[in-house]
Amino acid sequence: MTRRLLLLLLPVMFLGLALFFYVRLSEDPTGRDSALMARDFPAFEATTLKDDQRRVDQSLLTGEVTLVNVWGEWCPACRQEMPQLLSLADRGIRLVGINYRDTREKGQAFLDEFGDPFAINIFDPEGELGFELGVIGAPETFLVDAEGVIRYHHKGYVSPEDVQGRLLPEVAKWR
Amino acid sequence: MALIRLISLTVLICLALPAWSAGIELREFDDPVTEQRYRDLTASMRCPLCENQAIDDSDAPISADMRDRVYQLLNAGQSDTEIIHHMVQRFGDYVLYNPRLERRTYLLWGLPVGLLMVTGLVVALIVRARRHASTKALTSDEQARLKALIERKEAP
Repeated sequence: MTRRLLLLLLPVMFLGLALFFYVRLSEDPTGRDSALMARDFPAFEATTLKDDQRRVDQSLLTGEVTLVNVWGEWCPACRQEMPQLLSLADRGIRLVGINYRDTREKGQAFLDEFGDPFAINIFDPEGELGFELGVIGAPETFLVDAEGVIRYHHKGYVSPEDVQGRLLPEVAKWR
Repeated sequence: MALIRLISLTVLICLALPAWSAGIELREFDDPVTEQRYRDLTASMRCPLCENQAIDDSDAPISADMRDRVYQLLNAGQSDTEIIHHMVQRFGDYVLYNPRLERRTYLLWGLPVGLLMVTGLVVALIVRARRHASTKALTSDEQARLKALIERKEAP
């Protein structure tokens, strides 16, 4: 009897592992959480896109729930998500931009053309702040709560469905 | 003839192109040990953007940034563990080809060893049970008959 049970154990273990690998390997490998989830927004010091004399730091992101959007003039998906970001700003949500690997002229021209939903834009021409945030390409969007803790991360293009289905519920949750 | 030469030249240039684009970074190291550490570190980290390419082998901008950072941190005198921690803090465990041994990964590292031990145990138990069965599992009647059979063969 025990022998039969032992022999049964091997195929059961095999099936278990096969199922585990089948499920995990068919998952989207890009759909992983940011390493910064539930951590403080990294300390930084930078100028703003509009004003090269104004210094800003991480205190910019405390006080109220803020969506931090990493964008650049060179990034086509950033253009496409601008209407969605403008609609989020219209709902009274505070947005802060990180102008990523860009120049002041091109960044400003982008905002003039596609609209400016941002309360302020952090200028990050070398991608240093992006690196601290683990940004691997624009656009990316972080939700930072009133204490300055990162609570949600959206990688890539924000579609109108993402606004309704993900960003608005997350903002409501952390407000 | 000229056409063949032209075609083979084009093919050769195309084959050489990847080497061109991959080999543009020239870095100076204080000593060969640091250089080897740089190679090992950049070969052991996975590019977070492109799937399954090490950062030393990837043209993605983020990989170039990560190589720069590894180089800076090496020159700042950080240890391999510190540099790996620096990257994991920002990009997650995903960047490591070999997950670190910690409480969360005991199961991962331990499973192959555990499975091997369980298999060994199962095989040992089966072998033991077989050996047991061949000597002791006969009833007294069967043993008597076996004895009779053996003696009948030996008799003549």
